[in-house]
Amino acid sequence: MKNIGLALKKIKWKHYVNYVIVLAALIVLLIAGASGGLKASTNELVLKIAISIVLAVSLSIVVGFLGELSLGHAGFMCVGAYIGGKVAVVISEKLGGGIVTFLISLIVGGLCAAVCGFVIGLPALRLRGDYLAIVTLAFGEIVKVIFQQSKAFGANLGFDTLRYDKSFRQNFYIIALILVLVTLAVTQNMIRSKHGRAITAIRDNEIAARASGVDVTKYKLIAFVVSAFFAGIAGVMFACTFSTVQAPKFGYNYSIEILVMVVLGGMGNITGTILSASLITFLNVKLSTVLTGDLAVVKDLVYALILVLIVIYTNAPAFKTFREKHNLKAFTLRIFKPKKDPSRIRDDEAKWSNIPTKINMDELLTVDLKVQESVQSPDKGGKNK
Amino acid sequence: MDILSILINGLNVGVIYAMIALGYTMVYGIAKMLNFAHGDIIMVGGYAIYVFCAMSGSLPMFFGAILISVVVCTLLGITVEKVAYRPLRGASPLAVLITAIGVSYLLQSLAQIIFKSAPKRVAVPDLGKIMIGELGIKVSTLITLAVSVAVMIALSCFIRYNKIGRAMLAVSEDRGAAELMGVNVNKIITITFAIGSALAALAGLFYLLQSPYMTTTFGAMPGIKAFTAAVIGGIGSIPGAMVGSIVLGIIEAVCDAIPAVAPYKDAVEFSILIVILLVRPTGLLGKKRREKV
Amino acid sequence: MSDYVLETVDLGISFGGLKAAQGINLKIKKNEIYGLIGPNGAGKTTVFNMLTGVYQPTTGEFYLSGEKLNGASQESINKKGIARTFQNIRLFNNMTVVRNVMVGLHNRPEYRCGFFTSVFRLPRHFKVEKQMRKKAKELLDIFGLLDDRNNLACNLPYGKQRKLEIARALATDPKLLLLDEPAAGMNPQETAELVETIRFVRDRFDMTILLIEHDMSLVSSICERLTVLNFGTVLAEGETAEVLKDPEVIRAYLGDDE
Repeated sequence: MKNIGLALKKIKWKHYVNYVIVLAALIVLLIAGASGGLKASTNELVLKIAISIVLAVSLSIVVGFLGELSLGHAGFMCVGAYIGGKVAVVISEKLGGGIVTFLISLIVGGLCAAVCGFVIGLPALRLRGDYLAIVTLAFGEIVKVIFQQSKAFGANLGFDTLRYDKSFRQNFYIIALILVLVTLAVTQNMIRSKHGRAITAIRDNEIAARASGVDVTKYKLIAFVVSAFFAGIAGVMFACTFSTVQAPKFGYNYSIEILVMVVLGGMGNITGTILSASLITFLNVKLSTVLTGDLAVVKDLVYALILVLIVIYTNAPAFKTFREKHNLKAFTLRIFKPKKDPSRIRDDEAKWSNIPTKINMDELLTVDLKVQESVQSPDKGGKNK
Repeated sequence: MDILSILINGLNVGVIYAMIALGYTMVYGIAKMLNFAHGDIIMVGGYAIYVFCAMSGSLPMFFGAILISVVVCTLLGITVEKVAYRPLRGASPLAVLITAIGVSYLLQSLAQIIFKSAPKRVAVPDLGKIMIGELGIKVSTLITLAVSVAVMIALSCFIRYNKIGRAMLAVSEDRGAAELMGVNVNKIITITFAIGSALAALAGLFYLLQSPYMTTTFGAMPGIKAFTAAVIGGIGSIPGAMVGSIVLGIIEAVCDAIPAVAPYKDAVEFSILIVILLVRPTGLLGKKRREKV
Repeated sequence: MSDYVLETVDLGISFGGLKAAQGINLKIKKNEIYGLIGPNGAGKTTVFNMLTGVYQPTTGEFYLSGEKLNGASQESINKKGIARTFQNIRLFNNMTVVRNVMVGLHNRPEYRCGFFTSVFRLPRHFKVEKQMRKKAKELLDIFGLLDDRNNLACNLPYGKQRKLEIARALATDPKLLLLDEPAAGMNPQETAELVETIRFVRDRFDMTILLIEHDMSLVSSICERLTVLNFGTVLAEGETAEVLKDPEVIRAYLGDDE
């Protein structure tokens, strides 16, 4: 009994929160759908949320963990949707409209997007910050233009996606949520490993990372490739959910929306990203009936405002002390460990405890304050820095 | 389509990009940030002209509209800097970048709520063309060219001979040192944004003279293309913005002249941007900058 | 040539027309603590940058234990055995103290772990993680940073940040350790302790150390030999005591002692 208790204590529960959330949702949906399947609207909502989570989590690899701004994420999704969707249509003639077709189109779409990620990763090796952001933006636009113009993919009208078998379509939400779990697993396993540390080291200080032997080239490419791969997966999922694929849907605006999800959830906070992606998608769907036509842009306005306010709040140096006192961590610390008030810890002298030192620190630090009567001693402090 | 008409078409487009790029490159060189919202400030200026021209319609009022547009844009630029960018001084560049994108998006959404998405025709005077033999150069192009060259010379002189201009140069070289020398960095950056935004207003005006329709995405694509132009010429370099813009304009005209390539012209321009950033990131006229280790 | 851990032959670099450093000839023996001193702007950090691959020298070569390292990338130079600290501390600020050190352990052959090994959580991943964490904690313990291991690096006081940088550099298992002004910003007590630490590192880790420093008390108490740079060229070199008495050197500094 005691061994089980110890084992339970050793598990880092917070690592598994994300899986629990998604699994719980899956179980709830399975129960709801047990008798006759899910309502069409619920089904569509779940699929849209799943796609958003995959997109947001994959973007956070580059934005949150590598620390580079990628504005072309929708472009990778576009590649996956077009190529994966087209492959599904083509091979369905031989292999039918079931899971095999889907899996093949998934792999193909994901890999093509991954190749694009590699191509974008190459400029990332030499460019940073603003320049790289523009390059990713340019890439997204280039992809959109190419697919929009190509006759093979239906030019401006896009192309009609494969209509899968009824049983597949009804249960697709299960596959979608499994894909979400896979995305989470790969992302988290990568981040919580030496590879993830290498990536965040590059974010925090690229020069120090190089000086510590981190292969910056390899890890920047890995980040972009993995991120693009899952965006491609999301694109294939999109092609499964909707009846047509049209390039304009995967534009700059969509890339910004995904960025808002990542920023709102907290950079590098996967749980937050899941929640914000779900929330924003949910609001999008529910509000789309209310905010029709030109009113729809009110949503965009609110997102833009959220983006600006959150970034300023979380990053402005002026708010730093306020932030540290009022964030979740400080809050929990105050409740559970009242002694450790962060503002009360003073700078203490470096303790060189394990290094054998010949200097008697106590003697050095004891100051004799007795006033000498005979001599007016000049300032004995000497040079101190 | 002969070379001369391609060149003239390129000039038509290039001078617009030049006006935009001058503002972009100034802000980038001095405040060290990419003001993604620059294109949208142009849009706001354009709408200001639209509103004022719609209200009146006569020529002297048109000049009034220009003035109002410049004032509105300048105030907008200063406000954006103070509210959105200044709090983030010292924060990571990623944060500033995301905020700039947010501001850009904000302006576009606001404009869409107010003006809706249908294009609006703006009552600008049609200045016609000047004919040289068989070729026609638009008068608006010549005016734009003259103004942008004048602005370029004025800015270069300003930076070299005026006290404030020299302070701007100092801030662009080393902000910390400039501050220690007594330069009021906040004031300098505010002035930078003011000038940049005023230039954006003028850019919007010249764009309208060529193509008098206002939409909410009026400034977005030209803004990105002007950034491309600034990079080609060398970001942070004022003559570079000019040179890069003309070059980009000519490239665009060449693409337009070849029917097979024309629909892909955006893709072509962006691909050139990517190639330049990889091969010669400092552009044609820019200087190499080393990061201190 | 292989007697020396580090040997540079006429090493130099020009930026455009500016000769930032030229004619640098260093010969550093194993376990030596060698000092590189000179007034500000003399080119000392430039030399470090050349030795670590940040800059590519325009003239000359340098050899680590006989192996020529010109033109190698920063990462591969570190793998070959040169580690450094920076004048302005460069820590991974948003990572914890222990993770900072673990990044340093990244390249050690015993901690090799493939990308897919980690993604699929194969047993090797867990084994490697456990060992890396253990080793990192050992290093932190030596420097008295073990209690801070889960704090963010940016929240450490200055003195501890400097030690963390040294610990991270040592984690890369170097043959040669370059310390760039390790005593900057330290008071006399801390500086005296630093002297002990550097000697300790040399003995415990069998290390050869090249250090840039302005604090003459540190330099005179710990460096065995010196090279003095001024305006990018070598002004004097040799045994510490001799060099510090050299009138040229004194003139270059004009009484700059702390």
